[in-house]
Amino acid sequence: MIANAPSLARRAWNIRRHAVRMGEVQGQGYIAQALGVADVLAVSYFHAMRFRPDEPEWEGRDRFLLSIGHYAIALYAALVEAGIIPEDEIETYGADDSRLPMSGMAAYTPGMEITGGSLGQGLTVAVGMALALRLKRSDAWVVNLLSDGELDEGSTWEAAMSAGSHGLSRLIALVDVNGMQADGPSLGVSNFEPLQPKWEAFGWFTQRVDGNDVAALVAAFDAAKAHEGPGPRCIICDTRMAKGVPFLEARERNHFLRVEAHEWTDALAHLDAEMPA
Amino acid sequence: MIRDKYRAPAKAAPGTRLTTSAMIASIAGEGQRTAPAPFGHALVALARERPEIVGLTADLAKYTDLHVFAHAHPDRFFQMGMAEQVLMGAAAGFAREGFMPFATTYAVFASRRAYDFIAMAIAEEALPVKICCALPGLTTGYGPSHQATEDLAIFRGLPNMTVVDPCDAHEIAQAVPAIAAHPGPVYMRLLRGQVPLVLDEYGYRFQLGRAQMLREGREALVISAGFMTMRALEAAEALRADGIGVAVLHSPTIKPLDAATILAACRVEGRAVIVAENHTVHGGLGEAVAALLMREGVRPALFRQVALPDEFLDAGALPTLHDRYGISTGAMVARIRGWVG
Repeated sequence: MIANAPSLARRAWNIRRHAVRMGEVQGQGYIAQALGVADVLAVSYFHAMRFRPDEPEWEGRDRFLLSIGHYAIALYAALVEAGIIPEDEIETYGADDSRLPMSGMAAYTPGMEITGGSLGQGLTVAVGMALALRLKRSDAWVVNLLSDGELDEGSTWEAAMSAGSHGLSRLIALVDVNGMQADGPSLGVSNFEPLQPKWEAFGWFTQRVDGNDVAALVAAFDAAKAHEGPGPRCIICDTRMAKGVPFLEARERNHFLRVEAHEWTDALAHLDAEMPA
Repeated sequence: MIRDKYRAPAKAAPGTRLTTSAMIASIAGEGQRTAPAPFGHALVALARERPEIVGLTADLAKYTDLHVFAHAHPDRFFQMGMAEQVLMGAAAGFAREGFMPFATTYAVFASRRAYDFIAMAIAEEALPVKICCALPGLTTGYGPSHQATEDLAIFRGLPNMTVVDPCDAHEIAQAVPAIAAHPGPVYMRLLRGQVPLVLDEYGYRFQLGRAQMLREGREALVISAGFMTMRALEAAEALRADGIGVAVLHSPTIKPLDAATILAACRVEGRAVIVAENHTVHGGLGEAVAALLMREGVRPALFRQVALPDEFLDAGALPTLHDRYGISTGAMVARIRGWVG
């Protein structure tokens, strides 16, 4: 860790702030997911993963695969914080000809490894990349962020079984369990619990942590990497939608938020009041 | 078509036996020259020169001839299980890491089950994944679950996708290095096992994106792809005896179509144009040629399709079914004679 580098809590706060500013450009969006997953992204990029900001395709990088394309607003915020995307591009979010479309696509954005959006595909691509990296004798990690909604897709479990079968020990699945899908609460849409035993049964070294607890996430990543078993690793992250902006957290249906113009200022004010060191 | 709930029981005529169905039927005729596993052997040879080639399958190595590659290059072969979605997603992952994956399964499973993965993980990024699929069109008597009668229509609609339907063992062997040399994704139909050898006698060389005239004829032009070119050549020979000259233009690249060659052949005054394909009448080579002719204002004396009907087809023995649905040589001869005789 570089001396005087911002704390992980501060990184997460910065990511939330970048995301809210992007939300304000469009007046709406998947802002609750971004606020919820900010801690997971902060620990991924600033504790767990290797990357070079000025060389996003560096062969030695760890690969971060966003299968949930609509979380692009969150990943752009992390890529801005990581120095891969210039901060002034925030104001182009979702605009015509922008490199930051509302659903993430590999051909548009540096640091975006795959085209997400068709849910349930990310982990299948991650399996192929992990196999390919092993064939190249690379020690790079493949990290796939998927959502609890993607657990409804059968292909997620095809990929989970394949990763276990192939013993892909440099693959980490991050499952963001925020409990909310397009049609409402996730467990009402399709009950995926009990989740940890499911992943374990597919051969994954699995931990379940509070995904808004930076220290717990650090410990989980460290344990996932240090684990000596042959299988892939899964970290189930229970997160809170819209974490950090109480009046948005309180909204019942926050999968896709519409936020009034004056409320963006309030949202930033809430965040700023809690700025960590 | 609305059917009765069940079919009537089959009954053999006295003194005869019913014909039988085989899932992995060869389309080779009695006594025809064949070559074994042309795809597998061509891929093994190419992989010696191109270390980036890997082979992936979904529990169908043996039935797509990829087992030949698996034996020769075990470290570059990946068994993905009977899971076509992860097969295609993982192929995309390999391609992203600089490899050239050849992914094999049956045509029905690639086109129907894994389509979204091919579209979004592979084609949208123009990744160099070569999807090679056995049992194209009506090449199994197993019924609709295994008969990929609409695969060409599905993949023709996909941007960035090149679509190839080779005729025989000679052409498959030449197409493997050609599709590897192409930078983008390719869908190629495969004939596997003992595959007929026909085109070597014509001094033919496969070229991606090119249609080639195999024989000339004044009365009719058959534009064909896949093994229907073999049938068209046989039909043309039979019709010659009746004094009907049939030209055969082989167009194995379904997309992009070789527009210039096809247009030139269709501009011959007074000659009927017949498009023959092992595929439904909808969305394949026939409609591609028809649209091309309309767009360019070329009006042949007659336009007809030899293709499978817009139906879920019967199970049964292949020769029976090819006759029933009009894609056997005999059925084709009768129809062409009716149209231009």
